[in-house]
Order: sequence, then C-alpha cells, then structure tokens
Amino acid sequence: MKNPHRHLISILMENESGALSRVANLFSARGYNIESLTVAPTNDPSLSRLTLVTCGNDQIIEQIVKQLNKIIDVVKLMDMTEADAIERELMLVKTRAVGEGRAEMKRLAEIFDGHILDVTDSTYTIELTGRSEKLDNFLRAVDKDSILEVARSGTTGIGRGARALNV
Amino acid sequence: MEPITGAEILVRCLKQEGVEYLFGYPGGSVLHIYDALHAQEDVKHVLVRHEQAATHAADGYARATGRPGVVLVTSGPGVTNAVTGIATAHMDSIPMVIFSGQVPTALIGNDAFQEVDSVGITRPCVKHNFLVKDVNQLAETVKKAFYIATTGRPGPVLVDIPKDVTIAKTTFSYPETIRLRSYNPTIKGHAGQIRKAVDLIMSAKRPIVYAGGGTVISDGSAQLVEFTRLLGSPITITLMGLGAYPATDKQFLGMLGMHGTYEANMAMHECDVMIAIGARFDDRVTGKLEKFSPNAKIVHIDIDPSSISKNVRVDIPIVGSVPHVLQSMITQMREESLKLNEAALSDWWKQINAWREMKSLRYRGSDEIIKPQFVVEKLYEVTQGRAIITSDVGQHQMWAAQYYHFDQPRQWINSGGLGTMGFGLPAAMGAQLAFPNRDVACVTGEGSIQMMLQELSTMKQYGTPVKIINLNNRYLGMVRQWQEFFYQKRYSMSYMEALPDFVKLAEAYGHVGIKIEKPSEVEGALREAFAMKERLVFLDFITDPTENVFPMIPSGGGQNEMLLAERDEMVSTHEDGMVLV
Ligand SMILES: Cc1ncc(C[n+]2csc(CCOP(=O)(O)OP(=O)(O)O)c2C)c(N)n1
Repeated sequence: MKNPHRHLISILMENESGALSRVANLFSARGYNIESLTVAPTNDPSLSRLTLVTCGNDQIIEQIVKQLNKIIDVVKLMDMTEADAIERELMLVKTRAVGEGRAEMKRLAEIFDGHILDVTDSTYTIELTGRSEKLDNFLRAVDKDSILEVARSGTTGIGRGARALNV
Repeated sequence: MEPITGAEILVRCLKQEGVEYLFGYPGGSVLHIYDALHAQEDVKHVLVRHEQAATHAADGYARATGRPGVVLVTSGPGVTNAVTGIATAHMDSIPMVIFSGQVPTALIGNDAFQEVDSVGITRPCVKHNFLVKDVNQLAETVKKAFYIATTGRPGPVLVDIPKDVTIAKTTFSYPETIRLRSYNPTIKGHAGQIRKAVDLIMSAKRPIVYAGGGTVISDGSAQLVEFTRLLGSPITITLMGLGAYPATDKQFLGMLGMHGTYEANMAMHECDVMIAIGARFDDRVTGKLEKFSPNAKIVHIDIDPSSISKNVRVDIPIVGSVPHVLQSMITQMREESLKLNEAALSDWWKQINAWREMKSLRYRGSDEIIKPQFVVEKLYEVTQGRAIITSDVGQHQMWAAQYYHFDQPRQWINSGGLGTMGFGLPAAMGAQLAFPNRDVACVTGEGSIQMMLQELSTMKQYGTPVKIINLNNRYLGMVRQWQEFFYQKRYSMSYMEALPDFVKLAEAYGHVGIKIEKPSEVEGALREAFAMKERLVFLDFITDPTENVFPMIPSGGGQNEMLLAERDEMVSTHEDGMVLV
C-alpha cells in the first residue's frame, strides 16, 4: 500500500504547557503534514484530547503513531480510521444574504441541517456540523462571492460501539 | 522539617541521585544554586570554560560510566551554548540531565535580560524537558528528569528553573520512586516474537549479527558475546557499538558502513538472516537503501519502537532491552540445544575468509612521512588496547575506529549521530574524571581540537592527564577527501592556515607538548607521554596531508560497491548520491 491515506488520530495527553508544541514540533521536524488539529481538555482536567488529521502511506502513519507515543506527555492514542468511527467538524460561515439570494441561502442552510445563528439585513451567520466533506460540499454549493468568512474547528472523532479511548 | 530554598533542594536532590560531578558555568540566574553548592562537598563542581564543554564532558562521563552526566548552566547564552552538546547527547541516546537557570517567573516572556525560551529551543533535541514554576514541584521534577533520562532509550532531559524558584522555600522530601502514566518503556521482549526470531535464526545459512550503540548503552555486551559465540556466526558492529564485542575475536568482521571493512559490508549484503541488535539502520550504515542486503530476512531488537521499520522494513521486530531479549534467546537456544546448520555455516565462513583476504584496511606505510593509521596502531600497542579513546569528527575519527581494536564496551567514545567537532577533548576530560587511573586519549585533528582548546585550562585546574593525539594534516581532512573525490580537487576552504604552535600552546596552559615529525619517533613519543601519568600531554603528529580514509562506500553506493585504497580508481559518485552527505 503505497498510496497515502487520510488518518484521524486522537491523542490523550497530559494537560501540561508545552504538550501541544511537542506534537506540533514533531510534525514540522519530521516533515509530516497536518490537515487539521483540535485540542481541548477532557472530563478529567489533567488530560487534554488532541485530534489531528494527517495523511501518509502505511509506513509513514506507523512512524507517526510511534513517534507520537514516544512523546513523554502522550498518555494514549488511537488511530480512529483503523475501525469505524464518528467524525465531526463544526463550521461557522458568514454569508451575504441580500435580494433573491437571501431566501436561497436560508434554503441551502436547511438542506445541510445548518442553523442560522445571527441575522442582519445583509448577512446570515450559519452553523453547520458534520463530516468535513459535508462542510466542503456546502461551501461548494454556495456561490463563492457570497461567502464572507469561514471558521472551521477541525475534525474531532470518537470510535463507534464499545471502542473507547480513555485511561 | 525546616523549609529550605529551591537552590538547597536542588543540591539535596543531586546528592540523593548520587551525582559525583556537576559540569557547569555560573551566571546571574543560577547564583543561588552556586551559593548552595558552595556550602557542601559531596557534589563536586567542574568549572568548564564554555558551556558546550560542560555538556560534552558530562556526556563523556556518562558514556564511560553508564551513569547520567549532569550539567548546570545559566539562562540565555548559557543555555544556547549548551545546545550543541545536548543535541550531541540526544542523537547518541546518552543519559544526561541539564539544569538551566531562567529569569524570574514574573519576567518570563518579557524579553528580560538573558532570557531565552530554553524549553522551546531545546525541545527538538531533548528526550523531555520541564519548566519548574513552583518550588513545591522542584524535587519531584528532578526525580522525573533523572528517571526519564536514564530509562528506556536514554537521552538528555532539561530542567529549566526560574531564579525566584531557587529562592523560594519549602520543606524537602525526595520521592523514592516515580511512576509516570504516560511513560512505561518495554524492557522484556515479547515471548512469541522471540520464539519466532530464534526459529528464523536457526534456519539461516548465511547469518550475521549487526550490533549497534544500543548494545553498549543497555550494558548488553556480555549477552551479545554469549549469543554470538553460541551461534558461531560472524558479527559486525557500528561506529557507535565498537567494543560491545571484542575486536580481537575471530568472529568479528570489523566495523560496517561507509568506512567499514570489506568483509563486514559484503557479509551484510550477502546474508540471508540479519540479527540487528540495538542498531538503527543509519544511512551511514545502509548505503543506498534500495541496494541494502537484498536477500536478508531481518530480526530487529530495539528498545525504541520508533527505530523499528523506520528506514528498513524488518521481518521480526522485538521491542525490548538488548540484554533481556538476548538472554531469553540464549536460554531458549541452550535449553533446546539449537545449532545452526554446520555445513552451511562453514561454507559461509569460507566465503567470508575470502573477503577478508582483500585486507581492506591495508595502507601503504612510509619511513619518510607519518601515516595517521600508523599512529593509531602504535597508540593501540603502547596502551595495550586498554585505553579509553575519545575522538572528534573527521578522518582521524575513522582511523581511530578502524585501527584501535576495542575489546571492551565504553572504551570508545565519539559523537556518531550528530558528528560534533569539538566533542573529543571535553569528553576525554569527563571520562578521565570518572576513571582517574586509566589511560585516556583523545584522537583528534587540528581542525576539531581548535573548537575546544579553552578546555586545556579546565583540564589544568582539575588535573586530568589526558593524552591528546593530534593527527595534524593541516587540512579539514574529511572535507578535503570529499573535495578530492567528488569536487575535482577544488579544495575550497579545507586548508587550515595559520595554525598555532601546539607545543607552545600546550605549554602556555601548563601542560606538556611534543611535536613528532618522523615515523621513527612515533612510538617513543607515545611511550614518553603515557609514562607521564600525572600530566596532560599534547602530541602533535605531523601526518601525511594526502592520506584518505579507505575503504569507502561512496554516497549512493550499495554495500557491495566499496572502493578499496589501492585497487580502485576513485570514480565520480552516483549522481543521486551527490545530494546525500
Ligand atoms: C561543528 C562541526 N562543524 C563542521 C563539521 C563538518 N566536518 C566534518 S569532518 C570536518 C573536518 C575535520 O577536520 P579535522 O578535525 O582536522 O580532522 P581530519 O578530518 O583532518 O582528521 C568537518 C569540517 C562538523 N562535523 N562539526
């Protein structure tokens, strides 16, 4: 398997200053790419959960996982893509909403299960969640010129069924 | 219990850890620590002349003893000067704990005087690092630092201590043990993998043991010797592992890799089963990866899972510490009376002995001009093969590795991973402090030695009678060699002009200097120097400036494409090899 694949890796790490930089440093120092990265504390305040999306062939992913495990602050990690997992990303989009386009924008937001969070006479601010592709599709469906601002959270994920990442 | 200052706590921690020597240099942010050091005598402080030397000396001490080297430097330039030595230790997995002063917590981030982000600067070249913001966490952090530095795959750990933390007081208690939920190195190998490995090894017709620095670091030499003798197979060792198996033993094929022996590289290339032990398939060893050992099934024993299948795909990985894993294999081989196929093994040895006949380390001697190889051979004789040898980086390093036959682990100390010129002299000082009664020699070149000359002063102060073997070819010889081969003899900036008179220089520092210009004087000078048990002697050997290191696998070549000294015209290297270094 030479072809690069997309992997979603979730990491539980000590909630220490510097832990995030250790992970980020590893990717830049070894030339691995990061497509997205999210990090936040968990229900256990001593742990943060970091989720990243990366891409590489099997050998590179194996090295990434080993190198991540080698970081002293990393307690445990899971390659979510190894089995069935739920992936979600949050996106906030500010769009133009004027004239005929206003109704059209609302309809589109509804089709994508979006919520309009904020309304002015010329804009909508829409919240969407889902797999990253769904968010991409929404942006593709909307006329480019009507997008004023996009804020995406990056993907996070959790295993399906009993598979759980905890300590 | 009376509360004591952070500085006092640190010193108490060092005593608890049994730290014998602290290599350091004072400055504003660590003055409280120096004050606490002043009040005691258990931890001896060695005042180097440059912080890089503190890290190299601690490193030399660690490599010679197996115990962690300990360093203390001030904030800002103290830390940045130490970085090269920290990176050197990191690349070679050397246990080291570095304490650095930091500006007071309230000033961190303010571009305060002598502030650098020490944790940030060192992050890529330490195993781990800490910033201690609260004196109540100091003792536990020091414990963690020593634990992390010395266990698993060892490495340097930096503890950054703001000045106010050294002044603040708390009661002292040092944890007996420490457990980190996020760090549990695997020591024992997986039983099933070990069994599979033994099965594979026993099926071999052309086996070879390829051992590296991990064998020395893990104190696995005894098991390596027993395993290899039991097997009866050939063994080759990397630059970092020399001494792990006695070089004078008949099963030893010499070092492998770019400047390894012909027989070692050919045997690696032709083997059917390779047993890689505490080695990491470095590019200096493998040559061009696509051409590496094409028919080999590979067993790889390493404590670091990320070393396994990083450069070369292996068939049977075993994560664990070398002595443990080898012991399990030995036990199984003994209990089940396992033996290699004798006929096949004997054919294999016949082939190897034919390769040996190439005598790839042969060089043309001279009565006129001193050949550097000859100096190392004489050094070996005069010290009866028992000295601790440190080296710098360049041709002299390769000649020391090739012509001094190391029979014991921890006898050969050099910067293999980072290749740091300047390493040799301070490392020799550290080794000599650890073993005051042993012969310690630093094999160096006039380029490398000039990167750390100031330490001659430290070595006067602490009376470390190291013998400096300066193979003075008036060139950055390794650079010159590459320019000769690969840049049509355009010797850009590799000639060392305006060299000092090293004899006078040694004398200026209060040492003895001897200049040797004739081959006939080499042995006598060495004997004279080693007879001066109490003195540092700087031996300046004026050697043949045109000598090159052979044999050699040019960059981009495979293991079976070695160039031998007199047989081969140096062909220009493969084009894709030129981008390699
Ligand atoms: C700090 C540092 N700078 C540059 C180099 C690159 N380098 C490798 S070998 C070498 C020449 C070393 O010359 P010398 O110490 O005289 O040894 P020789 O090769 O002549 O034996 C140089 C410059 C290095 N290894 N380390």
